[in-house]
Amino acid sequence: MRVGYYPGCSLENTAKEYDLAARLVTNHLGIQLVEIPDWNCCGATAAHSTDHLLAVALPARNLVIAEEMGLDITVPCAACYQRLRTAHRELTENRAVAEEVAGVLGRQYRGTVRIHSLLETMADVGFDVLSAQVVNPLKGLRVACYYGCLLVRPPSTGCDDPESPQLMDRLVETTKAEAVRWGYHNECCGAALIFGAREVALKLVQRILRNAVDTGAQVIACACPLCQSNLDIRQGQVNKAFGTNFAVPVLYFPQLIGIAMGLAPRDLGLETHFVDPQKALRIVSG
Amino acid sequence: MLLGKSQIDPGFLASTARASGQDTLSHCYQCGKCTAGCPTAFAMDYKPNQIIRLLQLGHKEKALGSRAIWVCAGCFTCTTRCPCGIDIAQVMDNLRIVARQEGRTGQGKRAVLFNELFLRSVRRNGRVFETGVVAAFNLKIGKPLHDTELARFMLKGRKLRFVPVRIRKTAEMAGLFAKRKKG
Ligand code: SF4
Ligand code: SF4
Repeated sequence: MRVGYYPGCSLENTAKEYDLAARLVTNHLGIQLVEIPDWNCCGATAAHSTDHLLAVALPARNLVIAEEMGLDITVPCAACYQRLRTAHRELTENRAVAEEVAGVLGRQYRGTVRIHSLLETMADVGFDVLSAQVVNPLKGLRVACYYGCLLVRPPSTGCDDPESPQLMDRLVETTKAEAVRWGYHNECCGAALIFGAREVALKLVQRILRNAVDTGAQVIACACPLCQSNLDIRQGQVNKAFGTNFAVPVLYFPQLIGIAMGLAPRDLGLETHFVDPQKALRIVSG
Repeated sequence: MLLGKSQIDPGFLASTARASGQDTLSHCYQCGKCTAGCPTAFAMDYKPNQIIRLLQLGHKEKALGSRAIWVCAGCFTCTTRCPCGIDIAQVMDNLRIVARQEGRTGQGKRAVLFNELFLRSVRRNGRVFETGVVAAFNLKIGKPLHDTELARFMLKGRKLRFVPVRIRKTAEMAGLFAKRKKG
């Protein structure tokens, strides 16, 4: 399988371990990722809360590049994923917007690119195929799969059921780990508020961590650089603000799958997390 | 919700409905489902259902001047559950856009500053230079040492870049930003 890869800005910066793990694991599974050449930022929250045209035009440029190369796109970041899907929807359903965007872009988008989250791309390989690759089963590890918002909402762009998503749980279960049932799997972590209204964001993080721990999860798995950094690196600030003592490792789902496939923890960037996940993983890998 | 006297703009409902593409905005019957599921309602002055009510009543000033539109996290829970099919998250976006265009961002100063610095970086580089944006933001809010413990951690993991990554065709960015509405 050959598919266009849109890493997004975070994966070049604070979430480089997600990029490492995504590339390594897909490669191991025989998926060829072709990075969209000269891709640009999707604009994220900054663009869509500021200007509607810009919020569509920024992702549109990436869609056009992929289309010209005849590639579909897989996206590891939930926010980029949702921006690309939303732009695709607007450009194919709203003529006025499509014309305006074509005007500033100097190129027309025909609407032929299919945009998938990395979760879908991995699931497409087949759960049985994934299971067959497991050499280091994560038996006994209790994982809380965290989807957050933009992978599953709004329903018009989401890649799974908005209220009870399953994709990540099923992927994680191929490693023989236990995906726990918990209530906060699709609650918002407030990443978009971390600069504008930090006290509110920290409260949301605190609730999610609390619920994960109460369910008995040893680690949280996620599929978004913004969720991961919000839930992982803010734990110190949460503990300070709420008098708690959380120390829950937050991993990217391909890191867990990679470990189960016997890939080296170092190559998967496991040593770059705020809360070190290696102790929790040693429980299972002896 | 006690509203007291304020200017009424009867056209604001229609203009918001048009700009956000929400034909059913007037159908809201205050069931409260949006607010019940909203993760940040606890920090809002007007709750999401009240914001919609303000629009129906033409209370433009109150809606634009609310803290609510700036603590909305854009999570789409409201949108997913509204029985009238109203994309409330999109309406919130439009209110932020209009508030900015009309210079009424008093309740959202930090969010607006961050967005501005973020977009400036994208315009210049084609991608956002996280380190630069965060440093500029901290400097502007007068907390240059904000998050230094995190910066130290990221340095250790080599997660901080010190030079932006630029795309080849940065000139195309100027085109995309050219028609951006002023505000
Ligand atoms: S969920 Fe929809 S109908 Fe119910 S109060 Fe909110 S906007 Fe109105
Ligand atoms: S999108 Fe905003 S208003 Fe709607 S539920 Fe989420 S935080 Fe609340």
